[in-house]
Amino acid sequence: MEMTFPVDMNLPINLFTIFDMVLLSMLVIVAIAIVRLNSLFSIVMLFGVYSLLSATWFVSLDAVDVAFTEAAVGAGISTVLMLGAMLLTSREALPTPPLRRWTSLLIVTATGIALIYATFDMPSFGDANSPANSYVGMEYMARTITDISVPNVVTAILASYRGFDTFGEVVVVLTAGLGVMLILGIGGSKRAAGTAQLKATSTPEPKLPVTVAGAKGPASNHHVVLRVVAKMLVPMIVLYALYVQFHGDYGPGGGFQAGVIFASAVILYSLIFGMEETRRAFPPGLVRFCSVLGVFIYGGTGLVTIILGGKFLDYNMLDKHDPIHAQHFGILLIELGVLVTVAGVMLSIYYGFAGRYRELEDRNW
Amino acid sequence: MILESVVSSGDTGFAAILSNAAALVVVIPLIGGAVAAILGRGRLAWAWAVLCVLASFILSIVMLSVVLDGGTIAYEMGNWAAPLGIAYKVDSLNALIISLVSGMALLALLFGLPTVEQEIESKKQAMFFGIFLVCVAGLIGISITNDAFNVFVFLEVSSISTYVLVAMGASKNRQALTASYNYLILGTIGATFFVIGVGLLYMVTGTLNMADISLRLVGMGDDRVVRAAFSFIVIGLGLKTAMFPLHTWLPNAYAFSPSIIGMFLASTATKVALYLLIRFLFSVFHTGSSFEAAMFDFVLAPVAVTAMIVCSVQASFQPDVRRLLAYSSIAQIGYMLLGVSMGTAAGLSAALLHLFNHALMKGALFMAIGLAGLGLGVLRISEMRGMGKTMPLTAAGLTVAGLSLMGVPLTAGFVSKYYLVIAALERGWWWAVVAIVVSSVLAIFYVGRMIEAMYLHEPAKHADGSIMKVKTPIMSLVALYVLVLANIWFFFDPSLPLGLADTAAQNLIGGGGS
Amino acid sequence: MLEFIVGHFNYWVVIVLMMTGLYVVISTGNLVKKLVGIGIFQTSVFQLYISLGKVVGGSPPILEYLPKEYAKEASNYVETATKTAVATEENAIQPISDIGGTIDVASDPLMGVIYSNPLPHVLILTAIVVGVATLAVGLALVVRIREEYGSIEEIQINEAEYKQEAGGS
Repeated sequence: MEMTFPVDMNLPINLFTIFDMVLLSMLVIVAIAIVRLNSLFSIVMLFGVYSLLSATWFVSLDAVDVAFTEAAVGAGISTVLMLGAMLLTSREALPTPPLRRWTSLLIVTATGIALIYATFDMPSFGDANSPANSYVGMEYMARTITDISVPNVVTAILASYRGFDTFGEVVVVLTAGLGVMLILGIGGSKRAAGTAQLKATSTPEPKLPVTVAGAKGPASNHHVVLRVVAKMLVPMIVLYALYVQFHGDYGPGGGFQAGVIFASAVILYSLIFGMEETRRAFPPGLVRFCSVLGVFIYGGTGLVTIILGGKFLDYNMLDKHDPIHAQHFGILLIELGVLVTVAGVMLSIYYGFAGRYRELEDRNW
Repeated sequence: MILESVVSSGDTGFAAILSNAAALVVVIPLIGGAVAAILGRGRLAWAWAVLCVLASFILSIVMLSVVLDGGTIAYEMGNWAAPLGIAYKVDSLNALIISLVSGMALLALLFGLPTVEQEIESKKQAMFFGIFLVCVAGLIGISITNDAFNVFVFLEVSSISTYVLVAMGASKNRQALTASYNYLILGTIGATFFVIGVGLLYMVTGTLNMADISLRLVGMGDDRVVRAAFSFIVIGLGLKTAMFPLHTWLPNAYAFSPSIIGMFLASTATKVALYLLIRFLFSVFHTGSSFEAAMFDFVLAPVAVTAMIVCSVQASFQPDVRRLLAYSSIAQIGYMLLGVSMGTAAGLSAALLHLFNHALMKGALFMAIGLAGLGLGVLRISEMRGMGKTMPLTAAGLTVAGLSLMGVPLTAGFVSKYYLVIAALERGWWWAVVAIVVSSVLAIFYVGRMIEAMYLHEPAKHADGSIMKVKTPIMSLVALYVLVLANIWFFFDPSLPLGLADTAAQNLIGGGGS
Repeated sequence: MLEFIVGHFNYWVVIVLMMTGLYVVISTGNLVKKLVGIGIFQTSVFQLYISLGKVVGGSPPILEYLPKEYAKEASNYVETATKTAVATEENAIQPISDIGGTIDVASDPLMGVIYSNPLPHVLILTAIVVGVATLAVGLALVVRIREEYGSIEEIQINEAEYKQEAGGS
């Protein structure tokens, strides 16, 4: 695919640079707005906007995988979790006293000046001959053809060359899932009357969100349009998640994005049809097991390669006659592990937050 | 004998375990943690955790013996040569750290089972041990890796698990939640600063392998980006090491976490972060440049001395025992940073020795306090009165460890303080010697408060006048005495840690980055 | 001079964004807003990494041409972004630019296409996921703190803790 814009890259200021500047200014405006606002609802939504703008900017910088992940994880899951936490806690933030504001500004300006001082020796933006762009990074491009032979080099590095980093990352995801389970619980089936959760405090109870199904449960007749559309959308989203999973070798995508998209399908279902139904379809025990299963698959692949005589995560051991096929097989296995753990953990975190909600009538929202 | 030569022959079975020791020492607790999380019962998860940590400890001892013979272990993940792949390296600097972390984890588990059963809800215990294993794996992973970004990933593995583990103290005291949250915010800022530093290094060198970065940084000491990278990495790691004034998260985190976690963190978490700081300062960056030398003399040394004195003073005024020990830890880290800031092999060697000894001392102290909490519900020094009679063995152990902290002869603490003073004298830093003496006097004061309460006061009595004796679990006492005896042993025979510290210091400072 | 500014203003703006995020974290007393600040801070660091990997005139690091013998598996899929090149001889590849002649893998495996640096992308993928994991744990803590203390403002929480310590001694 040729360049996306018909520009003359030899000019210092061209269409690409202008697009760049516009996106960057939008980012700055959003960031400053977040600083100045005190309404938590606006702050959280603006954070989602910030993530989405970053994702767009990443596309213009050729980081398509990163843009995909930032959009799914940053603008998607992060915003969902923050909204959930905000709704469970408070809608407003108190303004900051002036002394604290000025000392923070001082610290931050000092750090910023130190960094800007450093930029004067930095290589120019987009320089193909900078140390970063002319050494290990670019060597991956050529080596992938002969070693692993998948078109998406980012997946090749993530899953094979630096596969151990990805293993650590999957364990981080699992730990966060277990942590949220330990801190918030995973929401048993009898949580509908959530009054027991809140300790008796003298402050007014926060306004809790409502599930669209209403207090009576899923048999309600409200919101027919949402129910019908959701029924059509959920399988499409799941299919898309699987597509992203298996297509990650050939285009942007992979286990993380797929896991998040799959989880969002289930979250959509639970928003429309209620937590009871969702817990029946995806019991908390199963979700917890899936979170752990992915780590087993990933770590298990590594242990199998040790047993077969190689080093940890040395996929070439999986098929000693055809290393490229072995690499593909190894990548398939670990991406599966990533999918299962990420989907399981995102769901269990959602269950944890949702377990603290009460079901309310629509009019109390 | 270098293990890597065994790997290339593609062996299977038992030999495969040994030749892949470097990977397995991290992977076994990592996968083991995932397994523990789905075991239903707390005791079963505990037994499984002990098994995993024991395996890790044995492998670390094997690697230690290779390093003591003069070898270095190099391992490539996925069989991709660095800098394309992630490389592991075990040498004289980190071999002892890896064994320390796995050993302390083992002792913590042996000591901590009764405290966990008392402090954590039974249905959460299995996941608790699972996350504990992940934390151990994270700390070992940081110590053993030779890839800068892999450091970040495992730093976050250990950090996130630590935030969760500290928050588990909430069933005893809700302040554990805010302590964990503050730790999370500061820890994430520190990790992000570290990542900025690594990014700047990557911008300048084009590689992430630490040995490779070091090669490419030769002669670049004046480059502004390198200086900025240096500063950001030092601040980021300094936050994790609880370098004054970035230490504010530590007292509450140690005070309100479950007893087993307080003991484990006090003896490992900051030590590993300090190891990492030393590794970056000397192995990656070249200290020959004037910027770095200035940093050492004008920033690191004053910070270290301030920590030593200010935090010892703060420790003296704490009524809460665990907070007292926490402030004492920050002061002791000041000692280690002082040794590092000298920039000489003698100073670095003394710092590394003190790193090892402090882990033994603080581990024993936190264990003793944990047992006091279990048996007597002790939170404050005033509640420790008469422990000499009600819990004689525990009190004795606490006393020996306290003496070691003070630096009394016949204990390991004396050896490291001695070497630190010698190194300061060699460097000509008289003010440093004064600071060491002053803070040692303060240490006598705050340890003395504890000993006085235990032995010079009468304990609570039953209605008939007899003393309430407390039964302490045998396994916990054994774990405590392993550390107490180690404190005494390493006075009479410090050859193991001292030899390694000397070798490491020579390699790092003599050669200028290896 | 203009070249220098154009070549560096990206970094300057990203640094401004980083500092804005850091400012939000350290200045606000609201626990949720602090986490938003951490999110902005981290996302800006990711932007720094990605901008250093950009190559002018480059495309995303997804290989467009695979030599025939390596493309056997890829050719089972119909994929519009990847063109499996047609081989004129056994192992040679037909170039589509007017470089002329046939190019084999050894001399220029990338076949004249300029790609951006893939390594920062990989690092940031990992960092994004780690960031959201931290955020999840942080938000869970905030929810519990709200339940225990009734507030998520630092000032009010510190007061409550001070009273608890002073009252309990």
